[in-house]
Amino acid sequence: MTTTAQPALFQSGTEELISGSEAIAIACALADVDVITAYPIRPYDTVMQYVAKLKADGAFDCDFIVAESEHSQFEIVKHASAVGARTFCGSSGVGWFYAFEAITVTAGLRMPVVAMVGNRALDDPGAFGVEHNDAMAVRDLGWMLYWVATAQEALDAALLAYRVAEDPSVFLPMALSCDGSFLTHSQAIVNVPAAQQVQQYLPPYDRGRLQLHPDNPITVAPQVNEDWLMEIRRQADEAMRRSVGVIKEAYAELNEVFPSSSFQDQPSPFIEEYETEDADIVIVGMGTLALPVRVAIRRLREQGRKIGFLRVKFFRPFATEEIREALSRCKAVCVVDRDYSFGSPSYGGVLFNDLRSALYPLESRPHILNFIAGLGGREVHVNDVNEMVDITQKAVDTGKIDQETTWIGVRE
Amino acid sequence: MTTVQELPQIRGVKNIPLVEGFTSGHRTCQGCESALVMRLMIKAAGPRTIVLGSTGCMYVANTTYYSTPWVVPWMHTQLGSSGSAATGTAAGLASMMRKGKMKEEPINVIAFCGDGGGVDMGLSAISAALQHDEYNLLILCYDNESYANTDIQVSGASPWGANSTFSPPGKEHRIMNKRWKKNMAPMLATGHPDCRYVATACGSYGLDFNNKIRRALTIGGPTFIHSIDPCPKGWDYDPKFSHELGMLAIETGLWVQYEIIDGELILNGPSRAIARGIRKRKPIEDYLLRQGRFAHLTPEDIKYFQERVDESWEEWWLPGVIPLKKNEEED
Repeated sequence: MTTTAQPALFQSGTEELISGSEAIAIACALADVDVITAYPIRPYDTVMQYVAKLKADGAFDCDFIVAESEHSQFEIVKHASAVGARTFCGSSGVGWFYAFEAITVTAGLRMPVVAMVGNRALDDPGAFGVEHNDAMAVRDLGWMLYWVATAQEALDAALLAYRVAEDPSVFLPMALSCDGSFLTHSQAIVNVPAAQQVQQYLPPYDRGRLQLHPDNPITVAPQVNEDWLMEIRRQADEAMRRSVGVIKEAYAELNEVFPSSSFQDQPSPFIEEYETEDADIVIVGMGTLALPVRVAIRRLREQGRKIGFLRVKFFRPFATEEIREALSRCKAVCVVDRDYSFGSPSYGGVLFNDLRSALYPLESRPHILNFIAGLGGREVHVNDVNEMVDITQKAVDTGKIDQETTWIGVRE
Repeated sequence: MTTVQELPQIRGVKNIPLVEGFTSGHRTCQGCESALVMRLMIKAAGPRTIVLGSTGCMYVANTTYYSTPWVVPWMHTQLGSSGSAATGTAAGLASMMRKGKMKEEPINVIAFCGDGGGVDMGLSAISAALQHDEYNLLILCYDNESYANTDIQVSGASPWGANSTFSPPGKEHRIMNKRWKKNMAPMLATGHPDCRYVATACGSYGLDFNNKIRRALTIGGPTFIHSIDPCPKGWDYDPKFSHELGMLAIETGLWVQYEIIDGELILNGPSRAIARGIRKRKPIEDYLLRQGRFAHLTPEDIKYFQERVDESWEEWWLPGVIPLKKNEEED
């Protein structure tokens, strides 16, 4: 009987053809994560399948725990983080919601847990495809929220996430939002950094004087009531504000250490601008939407139309100043939401309402229109983008908005 | 698996460690047996211990910001999270020690929950924790038979008929809680064959309690102890009778004291004497009539209660423990 040596599951310092989920699993291995918890739900669970394979083949030394629910999944990593372990977990759709209590206390306790959200529509009725409402639900709780567009960016953002979340001046959890299927399951060529590069970039997680250990017998999270809760909330608010500077620094250094990162041509860690310099209309969106939008813009530019795209990468912290600056030059903004917020102002999406709120103090405000598109994993085609641009153009031409929120591609 | 501490069994009350891990700084009620349980638990476990406390009396009444009774590291966990808290803490320690990121040493991990957090909400996470035999941990359920922190609401561990704010006796319905108490420890022991230690305990028997904690912490793997804690507020009696009521629960045969070590059942104290016929069970009314929560029970109700207890001793396959009955024809 002969045995064939299995090829290594991934090579650091090389190019690999992998999905967004696999890219994040590799980032976890490179970051030497200590405790990972899994529970199955599509589409995020592909990351855990790959982690399991890495562990089984001896390519990744971590405690990989298959929990009995998402709630336990998030509670386990929260507590592992409290004793100083680097942690990773994740979920999708209603699984993320099942964990919601654990998710909120993770931020409340200021645990630097990094989680992947494989964005998925919420039940009922069941749907596997992408919607952003799952991850969006934590936007007010103290989680940093990053929306990923490509597999390369998934790996880069995961390393950035540990660096920022574990900075003692931040100590906040970070969620990496990855569009279900379009990113979690789609393969692309990814440059995997060398292990020593990652070690150089990522210092060990040091919980410091907050570490729960017999040598440091502290009491964590006693009841505070009205005496202290407001001060503690304020501390979290300040940590989120401080994260902005930490993100900038960590982002710049990431680009120095990893010459092949996806961020090289993007000066801002918070937003990515595409053809916005002279644009009359700027489309704003998040995640893999970037692909059809870029194609549409290239074609529209060929027709001489000045259209640009602003991709929001960090939804929390929200880059208020940068977004104001970028959008103050255009005539109209076309916000594409892959989510909904029933009954919200203008019956618009979450991104739209946050963005419109951010632009309100501008002296000269562009028109802002909202489009709800691509729910439940429905593809957003180039033609859909053209339709949104045309509706926005009409507002520019007539100087008035007929309808603030439009659902795109809905059968009536 | 990381190694366990050396915590020998304590022979005699005079040898119980003098060191306290749970001291002043808490606000528990007078006569609170759960506070005593905390004290006994950490006395037995010693200072190289991390304690995780899920929401309940022993969170809210014990730990108010700016004061803490815990001399050991302590952390709050969510109501249903005692199992996950213990697993996460033990996994974090194990992983970092294995990788050389933390000094290798056996650290006790104990997560406690009340009956609401354990018998009801946290059951699934406790069950999962007991399957991970690579982690050394103890889950201690301090059972005062109601959601006592939130105003005494009925739980899955409340006794049949007990008055609570969610099961108040009324004009139309005298008995609002018609559920029989969940049989937690045997459920966990029989459902998790790799769990090496499951026990029941009572603060009225301090030395026995200490030694059960030590056995649970030294046997290796995940373990579970279910403790019955009389609660003056929830059970409605004079606080000075807490110990006595704990003993009565056992002497009437309603609560059974035992350890299940590697699948082997060992009855302890009065429960052993009852099982061997050396001691007669006291009538259940001796226990029920001492508590305001049963004041509305009629003689018929008490008779029904007694019949249920009798049945558990006379008809159960494992008397007082496993509620299965032998099929006589099959024998």
